[in-house]
Amino acid sequence: MASSLRRVGRLGASINGGGRCLSGLSTGNEVLKSPQESGISKPINLFSAINQALHIALETDPRAYVFGEDVGFGGVFRCTTGLADRFGKRRVFNTPLCEQGIVGFAIGLAAMGNRAIAEIQFADYIFPAFDQIVNEAAKFRYRSGNQFNCGGLTIRAPYGAVGHGGHYHSQSPEAFFCHVPGIKVVIPRSPQQAKGLLLSSIRDPNPVVFFEPKWLYRLAVEEVPEKDYMLPLSEAEVIREGSDITLVGWGAQLSVMEQACVEAEKDGISCELIDLKTLIPWDKETVEASVNKTGRLLVSHEAPVTGGFGAEIAASIVERCFLRLEAPVSRVCGLDTPFPLVFEPFYLPTKNKILDAIKSTVNY
Amino acid sequence: MAQLTQRAATFQRTLSAAVSSTRCLSTASTSPISVETSLPFTGHKIDPPSRSVETTPQELLSFFRDMALMRRMEIAADSLYKAKLIRGFCHLYDGQEAVAVGMEAAITKKDCIITAYRDHCIFLGRGGTLLESFAELMGRKDGCSKGKGGSMHFYKKEGGFYGGHGIVGAQVPLGCGLAFAQKYSKDENVTFAMYGDGAANQGQLFEALNMAALWDLPAILICENNHYGMGTAEWRAAKSPAYYKRGDYVPGLKVDGMDALAVKQACKFAKEHALKNGPIILEMDTYRYHGHSMSDPGSTYRTRDEISGVRQERDPIERIRKLILSHDLATEKELKDTEKEVRKEVDEAIAQAKESPLPDPSELFTNVYVKGLGVEAFGADRKELRAVLP
Repeated sequence: MASSLRRVGRLGASINGGGRCLSGLSTGNEVLKSPQESGISKPINLFSAINQALHIALETDPRAYVFGEDVGFGGVFRCTTGLADRFGKRRVFNTPLCEQGIVGFAIGLAAMGNRAIAEIQFADYIFPAFDQIVNEAAKFRYRSGNQFNCGGLTIRAPYGAVGHGGHYHSQSPEAFFCHVPGIKVVIPRSPQQAKGLLLSSIRDPNPVVFFEPKWLYRLAVEEVPEKDYMLPLSEAEVIREGSDITLVGWGAQLSVMEQACVEAEKDGISCELIDLKTLIPWDKETVEASVNKTGRLLVSHEAPVTGGFGAEIAASIVERCFLRLEAPVSRVCGLDTPFPLVFEPFYLPTKNKILDAIKSTVNY
Repeated sequence: MAQLTQRAATFQRTLSAAVSSTRCLSTASTSPISVETSLPFTGHKIDPPSRSVETTPQELLSFFRDMALMRRMEIAADSLYKAKLIRGFCHLYDGQEAVAVGMEAAITKKDCIITAYRDHCIFLGRGGTLLESFAELMGRKDGCSKGKGGSMHFYKKEGGFYGGHGIVGAQVPLGCGLAFAQKYSKDENVTFAMYGDGAANQGQLFEALNMAALWDLPAILICENNHYGMGTAEWRAAKSPAYYKRGDYVPGLKVDGMDALAVKQACKFAKEHALKNGPIILEMDTYRYHGHSMSDPGSTYRTRDEISGVRQERDPIERIRKLILSHDLATEKELKDTEKEVRKEVDEAIAQAKESPLPDPSELFTNVYVKGLGVEAFGADRKELRAVLP
């Protein structure tokens, strides 16, 4: 069942490439297993990768639009730089400060068969639009008996800590949206991933909430192919192989987890690290296969531990791998407090916290 | 110990400075002066108040001092931010001081004020201290929110200041709730719910306005129109930038928000109106010299000429300075001295704030719920961290 879901995910992505009936112009893109497969690449940072993806999305589909607060000037994180000049102010435009309005408008635009790429300036500001996403976007197809949908909708929002963001510029609200059947939630970990996953999200026939790790916008630099490519949704990736414990995460947290893996290795612990990439519908098989190999699981995310998406992963894997597990599933997450200002270092699931949990899980 | 004495000495100095300035003010004449506002008020569904404002030499001098203090504080905050002593997001108020000062002159501390995140100077106006401000900005224990809020979250309960809110427009419905409570308890006070021209396009503002009008709440919606919602000029974001008319069935008044006396006149008028007839919108035509926040240089979406033009033509402090000089209430040198005093006060407050410690780590877990959550989290040594409020 789940494996068929995964196949659908992959299939969905490749179908979009050719002819998601929205537009006849999306040729030239291809679905890649790994972005390295494709031609010329340059080292760029994450916001530039997003920028490239948006350029390609607008270039390949005349019915694609980009809008949000200040995006006409490049946006606060420069992700939309140059788009208005290149594609004109009719397709790339500023909106008033009204998140509910932005998303509602985007749903309507998408319902007419367009690709609406809406930006919410910070994930912390997505809550005024929560009703539109949960009640309008996610259920449009279902409640209209498939007469209508807003599959062309992609909502981009920077999420997560930046070191000094305080209460309203640091939150990771992904779990709220993972509770909503009808939308997909995608979070990339790096520039390469961001470009491929964003293009897949934009071309996916379902509404997607795409959270971008803002800490990595400038920090993460990677070789990114210049061409049009897509990475499959709902497919996790083993980014580090190991045999003693499986670590699952997404977005910016992966680099923290990777450091913990490197440290653990010095103590002779072999960690397998998985990037989930798509949170719903998520790739249970890859995680399951890994846990069946290692017998241990650790999940880590920045959002508060209670009700976080880590809980869902833990429950699902316990269901599937109960007899194989050698230790309780460990969750290393944000604390159950509002995202703090001066206490950010205490709040965050840091490398040492993860390392500590790895050791204690392995020695359980 | 030595540190303690030093701090006591600084405290004494600040105190004596405050005393001497009060003395200077009380000896100043309190005989009324009548001043014409810079521009006439424009009304929407209401007859605007007179342009002639009653003031006193004492009031003008205190306007000057308070605004100079606010400006100095914001400029100092800018430097502290650049020195990375202030973290988080920081939105400065310089340019808009006349709104804070004029509003306070018309109301009492029993009236409530609620605003968004550009809140430092509103807090000062409500009687907050420089030390509390700078300590909060730097996330220190002595801050007005115990260092837990930062720039965007200043509060002062005993001053009726319901604070600094982070989400654009979200504070306005709260303000209507405050006004309902005031009306219900028949205490003849009003609430000033402040928002910017950017927030004026948020849907919840209209929901709040409808309720306020429906139930005749003593709510005064103050739109501080600084003409840019973040980096977007008002005309790009609003079909009708006449924010005072945006209430449709709710009366409104357009006010020169760079003129403290006009603000005072309008707020006095609005308070009387709100107590009798329910909500009113005041659009304060103002200007922020800084960018939207510290990550915005403020020069990409407007010209430097525009900014320097406002500084020359409409600056709220310069307007009061001219009034004081033309009425011979103080000499140019005395005003310069006031500015020097203010600068010193700010520097001293910063020094004191820097000595204030960070909040205790246990504060991370407090105030989440009324009795503490008893959060469990794994520390790096695998000991459970548990916090329960006393």
